[in-house]
Amino acid sequence: MTVTPAAPPKPHARRSWRLGDYLIYLVFVGICLIFALATPNFFTAQNLLTVLKQTSFIAIVAVGMTFVIITAGIDLSVGGVVALAGVLATMALMQWHLPLPLAALVGIATGLAVGAFNGVAITRFNLPPFIATLAMWFIAGRDGGLAFLLTGGQPIWNLPDRFTAMGTGGFRLLSWRDAAGNLINLELPYVVLVMLAVVVAGHVVLSRTAFGRHVLAVGANAEASRLSGINVRRVTFAVYALCGTLTGLSSLLLSARLGSGDPKSGMGMELDAIAAVVVGGTSLMGGKGTILGTLVGALIMGVINNGLVILQVSPYWQPVFKGAVIMLAVLIDQVTKKH
Amino acid sequence: METAVTTPLLVMRGITKDYPGVRALDAVTLEVLPGEVHALVGENGAGKSTLMKILAGAVPLDQGEIALAGQPVHITSPQRAQELGISMIYQEFNLVPYLSVAENIYLGREPLQGGVFVDWRRLYSQAAAVLARLGVDLDLRQPVNRLSVAHQQLVEIAKAISQDAKLIVMDEPSATLTEHELASLFALIRSLREAGVSIIYISHRLEEIFSVADRVTVLRDGRLVGTHPVADLDREAIIKMMVGRELVSHRPRAEVAAGKGVLQVRGLSGGIVRDVSLEVRAGEIVGLTGLVGAGRTEVARLIFGADPREAGEVLVEGRVVDIRSPHDAIRCGIGFVTEDRKAQGLVLGMTVRENVTLANLDLLAPWGFVRRQMERQVVAKSVDELHIRTPSMEQVVHNLSGGNQQKVVLAKWLFTQSKVLLFDEPTRGIDVGAKEEIYALMNALTRAGVGILMITSELPEALGMSDRILVMHEGRLAAELGPEEATQERIMHYATGGGK
Repeated sequence: MTVTPAAPPKPHARRSWRLGDYLIYLVFVGICLIFALATPNFFTAQNLLTVLKQTSFIAIVAVGMTFVIITAGIDLSVGGVVALAGVLATMALMQWHLPLPLAALVGIATGLAVGAFNGVAITRFNLPPFIATLAMWFIAGRDGGLAFLLTGGQPIWNLPDRFTAMGTGGFRLLSWRDAAGNLINLELPYVVLVMLAVVVAGHVVLSRTAFGRHVLAVGANAEASRLSGINVRRVTFAVYALCGTLTGLSSLLLSARLGSGDPKSGMGMELDAIAAVVVGGTSLMGGKGTILGTLVGALIMGVINNGLVILQVSPYWQPVFKGAVIMLAVLIDQVTKKH
Repeated sequence: METAVTTPLLVMRGITKDYPGVRALDAVTLEVLPGEVHALVGENGAGKSTLMKILAGAVPLDQGEIALAGQPVHITSPQRAQELGISMIYQEFNLVPYLSVAENIYLGREPLQGGVFVDWRRLYSQAAAVLARLGVDLDLRQPVNRLSVAHQQLVEIAKAISQDAKLIVMDEPSATLTEHELASLFALIRSLREAGVSIIYISHRLEEIFSVADRVTVLRDGRLVGTHPVADLDREAIIKMMVGRELVSHRPRAEVAAGKGVLQVRGLSGGIVRDVSLEVRAGEIVGLTGLVGAGRTEVARLIFGADPREAGEVLVEGRVVDIRSPHDAIRCGIGFVTEDRKAQGLVLGMTVRENVTLANLDLLAPWGFVRRQMERQVVAKSVDELHIRTPSMEQVVHNLSGGNQQKVVLAKWLFTQSKVLLFDEPTRGIDVGAKEEIYALMNALTRAGVGILMITSELPEALGMSDRILVMHEGRLAAELGPEEATQERIMHYATGGGK
């Protein structure tokens, strides 16, 4: 064997560029272009803000879900938590007469509590994440459960404007009068701001902090991580607590937007969030994923919904398109991975 | 010779098998007579398992021929081997845990009624007949996961017999048996021999070969050393045949003066490890050797906090430390270069940079945020110092060679400033040139005052790199040998359970 002198490493050379890593962004742009060409009503500031706003609730949950899925886990309890946290936050406000900030905190804390419970079940009692969070989904508010028990199944109505403003209000960007003389306001909704803040924070935590690196390492190889001194249990617990907390936050905003603490809200949100994460390029096998990918994944789903509505395609077609996109995204990932 | 009168049941002649970079088998010949118990022995890596995998149809041979009862055969698949009457009983049993004894015996060959439904009555009566032939008494309806290991082994043997096996290969059948169970196994083997079944018996425990085998074939470094009647040999003669290669002429270990004790272990027990005490001094390399399964890796895992400790204490630099997890061990200055780099040492999908800093990321992230400029400098330095050959530090470690992967693991433990390094098979799967580099790095580490506990199965490596050698046998330390007294023969003597 010949010993060649070590080539000096290039410290700034990045990981080799892979088309597959960026394809999802191209797909997103492509879908937007198609809708923009198909209807003049799609590519307007007003409509794009609407899409962003509609996507925000899922996107906030999906950021938490990304951390969970990177550890090769899953959190199905999201749908139940959305119902329970919204109900508890509005109950705190309307029935226990807590001040608004405290009531909001109750909603977020509910998410944290359920997430922490999931984390304990998974790390201390070694329940498979699928089972632990599925059980929690039923308990918290799946067509019954705690959210329905607390409210007798009825939504909590008559929320004060101060509360609903969180979900419906925004910063005024522009206003003008249209041809008919009506005043039109272009607002950046608060929920979009919150969502963007969560996305940026999630991105920074995942890509820039020791914790984020540990999450990726645990997902890629838990045993090697443990033998490298990483507290695998603590990291795993933390991602479920984080996912629960963000779900609580999302639920709070959703109740504000709907104007009620509704135990029936949040149905199927766990699957929408998982879909956004997977479309965004995060591997269900763990170890790989980005927050920006998840944001784009959520936006793709939101844009498809919105575009099809504008095009007046039957709503029954929407799930078909969504399903096709999910399959396509994962297929692309499989194919590009081989090269 | 009397053996010339009988046609051998099995002849494997001139069997050669190459793996990338290694010749695993080089023109090996093995003959097994009908109704013979034939022992197959050799050190770890001598080629026993490769030869048996070829016989079982699990891997194809590159050159050579196989004949059964005088007829040339091509064993192209495990199914073909089974049809030819060759059965393998591996250390890991091929049983379906929740199915019953009878179902396991006839798995995939269930007697059918009308071609569709399992004929349970026939299944049970046939299975009962097989067990009766073996003279064993087992509940046919018991799920096999409720059976003891010895009884599961019986089910495997029954399965082989039900397939009319003429040749049964048993790979380390005694590894998990008690003495009493072993005696029944030997009785069963003898009755199979009476019935004309041939057995290839693989074991590290030489005393078993003397109690049960008729002849023994010894392999070394992929070559045949010889086949002899057991009666003509004694223990020392077999060991000599197993290790008889010429000693490596040079000793890669540099002379380094040992300092104070950096690692002391007292009365360590846990898992199969019983009451192990040892000391590693600064600048010293202590070899820890023994057969596979003797508990060497387990000692390292106990010291490192990877497995729960039942008894004993660990001292680093003279102070008792309470190690409950790898995290604790790393904080105490202990690093663990694991045997299985890919599953335990590295996160293969991560980059060189991420792997090097993984065990001590907090140092680079004082407020939780990784200081990337500092990280790149640190990693560039270790890539340079350890001569890690990689296009860049952003290369995914999966794409590196074994030797360079091992250097990344080493870089990781240097970055944690380990005072003690536990090396488990430091050069396994690494080519010769990279091996020398790893040895040079180990020498450099000890010069810098690091103490090394080196687990190795390769005796030349143990002899060539250790300042002292500890030999383990069945979970306990069997001997400590200084550099002058250590020889391959003496190590094998203690490792195979020989007394002082």
